Amino acid sequence: MKVLIRGAGVTGLTLAHELSSRGADVTVVDSRRQIAGNASWQAGGMLAPWCERESAEEAVLTLGRGAADWWDAALPGHVMRNGTLVVAAARDVAELDRFGRRTSGYRAIDAGAIAALEPDLDGSFVSALFFNEEAHLDPRQALLGLQQKLARMGVRFEFGYGAVHSPSADVEADCTGITGQLTGLRGVRGEMLILRTSEVTLARPVRLLHPRIPVYVVPRSGNLFMVGATMIESDAAGPITARSVMELLNAAYALHPAFGEAELVETGTGIRPAFTDNLPRVEREGNTIRINGLYRHGFLLAPAMAVKAAAMILGTETEKERADEAHH
Amino acid sequence: MLELYGQQIPSRLLLGTALYPSPAIMAEAIKASGADIVTVSLRRETSGGKTGGKFWSLIQSLGVRVLPNTAGCHSVKEAVTTAKMAREVFATIWIKLEVIGNHDTLQPDVFGLVEAARILAADGFEVFPYTTDDLVVAGRLLDAGCKVLMPWCAPIGSARGPQNLDALRSLRGHFPDVPLIVDAGIGRPSHAATVMELGYDAVLLNTAVAKASDPVAMACAFGKAVEAGRQAFRAGPLEPRDMAVPSTPVIGMAAFS
Repeated sequence: MKVLIRGAGVTGLTLAHELSSRGADVTVVDSRRQIAGNASWQAGGMLAPWCERESAEEAVLTLGRGAADWWDAALPGHVMRNGTLVVAAARDVAELDRFGRRTSGYRAIDAGAIAALEPDLDGSFVSALFFNEEAHLDPRQALLGLQQKLARMGVRFEFGYGAVHSPSADVEADCTGITGQLTGLRGVRGEMLILRTSEVTLARPVRLLHPRIPVYVVPRSGNLFMVGATMIESDAAGPITARSVMELLNAAYALHPAFGEAELVETGTGIRPAFTDNLPRVEREGNTIRINGLYRHGFLLAPAMAVKAAAMILGTETEKERADEAHH
Repeated sequence: MLELYGQQIPSRLLLGTALYPSPAIMAEAIKASGADIVTVSLRRETSGGKTGGKFWSLIQSLGVRVLPNTAGCHSVKEAVTTAKMAREVFATIWIKLEVIGNHDTLQPDVFGLVEAARILAADGFEVFPYTTDDLVVAGRLLDAGCKVLMPWCAPIGSARGPQNLDALRSLRGHFPDVPLIVDAGIGRPSHAATVMELGYDAVLLNTAVAKASDPVAMACAFGKAVEAGRQAFRAGPLEPRDMAVPSTPVIGMAAFS
């Protein structure tokens, strides 16, 4: 079976992996000249279904809880299973209670336990929530690693202008995110920045709850920290605004004062594709499959969506899956 | 029926459109609340109105009246510019005017508010000023051309409920014919019912619904509370007494001694 996948973001690449490892002949095309710069490139890379459940529906937890295993199997060595730490300033501890009431999969910990997990946060917070089962990865390393692996598996890639002329295929899979222009799809702008400092060490993503500007800081190799992310109802792709930089930096500084001395090495903007319920969809129309609407859960939900779409494409979906699909 | 700048409005609950888990839940919550007016922030929800965008189309599809706001503006100039942009983007002369004076408490800058209200009213806007419960400021806003007042009952998003009932009563007493809408600080349906029982004309809220565990159910609860409070006000509630008064007549009771 020949499959043409449009879009080399996390959705397209995870689908390519699912299909190629089941013997399909896969070509991935993308109108960009390289992977860098798409929405997935700007992602946090948190595999945190319980934390996300706080503001998302149950489906995000059920579809996302297998994500860390999927990434671990596909790209051994990329997934860091250190959990997630959720903290709040002393004056905002009510936010911790509220967060905890809306999800599960954590234990409430005190200052001593916080210091044991993250020595650099010793003395900064009196209580926190620790989501032991969660994981994270570096999304850029993961995208590039997956692309290299897929190329070794025989998947062809075409980037840039050449990608406009697409080879013939039995099935086309549209994984083009916000550029897909699907009915009902909207853009939710996210802005992030990357700081570099050797003064702070974190083992895991830390989420700082704040009634106005909740943010997360995700540690990456090379003394880098990704700070994200704004959520603005807009598909305007322009550069990050001064206000967003101020808010993100303020929050990072509140987490650890040493971030005030960090180098601001990059700012980025991505447009998350979302349907009105903020849940992802796999749809079939003739011999075209569309996977879209992964919203702020690209790395978390792409594996489950890829498995689903691959089953539809290869005709291996179960009767139950067919019936479920009919309900949508 | 509630009348705001000559428009008849069936529902006395106004809802904001920020902070919901998803636009689908927001749409359901608005329907469940029965609100006829929703507020929309030009800045945070349309990125300066540059794109128009899908979120705006979704709000338009709900068939409710839109009250754009100048949320996040800290100066007269900023608020006036934002109001003019909102007039173009949302095609309405209604504007909820916010001029923030303190970053921490989001307390209105009432001096800037009066000035901005005067400029906008003279420019043909129908201004809904977000103000404190200060009586004198309220008078100045009316002088500036406002025909509706929106006093806070507590700081924005604080969910504290009415902090100064005497001030709210005093405003109602002094301006019996001006539509008064409590804007900001409502946390629970009982807070909304309380201010409606005082004779307030309507309630505007956002966080209390959007950040509830079940926003749709909470929107429904607020709709009922606002209606109950209004009906109670019209029915004439009893004033508190210092003495117990038996609800069963005592005269004519048999005496067993």
